[in-house]
Amino acid sequence: MKDYEVVIGLEVHVELATKTKIFCSCSTEFGGAPNTHTCPVCTGMPGSLPVLNKQVVEYATAVGLATNCTITQNCKFDRKNYFYPDNPQNYQISQLYLPICRDGYVEIETEEGTKKVRIHEIHMEEDAGKLVHDDWTDCSLVDFNRSGVPLIEIVSEPDMRSADEVIAYLEKLRLIIQYLGASDCKLNEGSMRADVNLSVREKGSSEFGTRTETKNLNSFKAIARAIENETNSQIDLLESGEEVVQETRRWDDTKEYSYAMRSKEDAQDYRYFPDPDLVPINISDEWLEKIRSAQPEFRDEKRARYVEEYKIPQYDADIITLYKPLADLFEDAVKEGSSPKEASNWLMGETMRIVKDKNIEPDQVKLEGSAFSAFLKLIQDGVINKTVAKEVFEAIFDGGVDPVAYVEEHGLKMDNDTDGLKKIIEEIIEKNPKAVADYQAGNKKAAGAIVGQTMKATQGKANPQMINQIISELLD
Amino acid sequence: MANIISDETIEYVGILAKLELSDDEKEKAKSDMGRMLDYIDMLNQLDTSSVEPMSHIFPVNNVFREDVVVNGDDRENILANAPEEKDGTFVVPKTVD
Ligand SMILES: [Zn+2]
Repeated sequence: MKDYEVVIGLEVHVELATKTKIFCSCSTEFGGAPNTHTCPVCTGMPGSLPVLNKQVVEYATAVGLATNCTITQNCKFDRKNYFYPDNPQNYQISQLYLPICRDGYVEIETEEGTKKVRIHEIHMEEDAGKLVHDDWTDCSLVDFNRSGVPLIEIVSEPDMRSADEVIAYLEKLRLIIQYLGASDCKLNEGSMRADVNLSVREKGSSEFGTRTETKNLNSFKAIARAIENETNSQIDLLESGEEVVQETRRWDDTKEYSYAMRSKEDAQDYRYFPDPDLVPINISDEWLEKIRSAQPEFRDEKRARYVEEYKIPQYDADIITLYKPLADLFEDAVKEGSSPKEASNWLMGETMRIVKDKNIEPDQVKLEGSAFSAFLKLIQDGVINKTVAKEVFEAIFDGGVDPVAYVEEHGLKMDNDTDGLKKIIEEIIEKNPKAVADYQAGNKKAAGAIVGQTMKATQGKANPQMINQIISELLD
Repeated sequence: MANIISDETIEYVGILAKLELSDDEKEKAKSDMGRMLDYIDMLNQLDTSSVEPMSHIFPVNNVFREDVVVNGDDRENILANAPEEKDGTFVVPKTVD
């Protein structure tokens, strides 16, 4: 077999985190009953007039700046014409001629070092409605709640050469966009979607092979599997002397197989033209500067600062900054006076354990910064001990629970009553002559049994330091 | 008429526009489109090399909305336009990729 190389370019759609749709004042909130977030504009009623949401321009520009793009300061919208029931206007408002951002790049880490993946363009557009197919009748049902939700489409150059590079690129985009607050970028919920354009060619060739486009990839695992699958099937075709057909394929992750989508009749001829309902956009130098100066501290800078300023280990800084919500929790806690190492320990340890148990992603953590800070203060002030702390942390983890009130309500405060504790320990010592003998014979570890029973007797509320001190007083 | 529209072209435009034309209508559409293209040819004779392409007839730009939810639930009115409705949705002929 010849030596082949895979060439991959990505079209990434990202749903912007605006409160309203791109061209009307309907809510973008998820989960409403069908068509409850609709109006004449987003259902394409004749005579309705779209008006652009300013925040969409600001988010798109911010993403462009963060990905080293040139901003098209005079840009406009075009109509992409096609018929499909999820597209009520029979055209999608998008940008073809003057996309808002062009010629950018991001840097990814690969095994061979840092690599640039170039961005061809980023354009603004509207999302379509949702079609549900009714199995009982021969019809489809349309919900326009998502119709008009703002998207940016980030089109890369065909610069990626493996599934790992694709995932590194997507992770990079996700981090940049999450740090900007422009989207939550959740592949599994559809707020970030990737279409993979893939072709193979003989290694060393400068010509591109015929490419296929694979859609419906909603996890990193699905992307990796689809790339492997598509690469192999194209190589098989070439090896057997057949040709790759340029087509759009849809990935079925449960079957680990992609199939050609029935081509929407003549859909390739979109007959783009400038949208006459929308006036051109002019992004002045001042406006651009304002957006530039509002850019946040991104992951790489944050990661370096955490090590430098807060003296937490590099490994901790790597993990915490990988997820914006964790970085926010960390910074909130440190700002409120928590020890950086203690805050980092809870994020690295218990947080990751619970995330794994619940089978969620770390960026889905809903714990509030205020609750986390208050929780750490309870430990620092000696109000709760480590054993109880784990219970409290689990209780506040999903958000909406005040740790101070929780500790109060459940009577979890550390017991600092020395006399009471001494009495309990005396009783336990009396019942455990063997542990006492071992301890006094020099095996200090034998105290563990007494500590354990004391904790049990106090429902975990005793101050462990105090227990050790009392044992030492009574037995040494 | 300088521009002659072929049968294939009018057929194709019909498909794109989801219009079914009778033979009579096709002939009429062919001559209408031919005359439109003639008119464009006339415009093309003008020297526009120093003119910026225009996408809008008014000298206006930057018409924006603030990102504030104003619209409430207007489903009843919106669905009043549906030829058929079911469970709060528009019912359309079965459509799959
Ligand atoms: Zn609307």
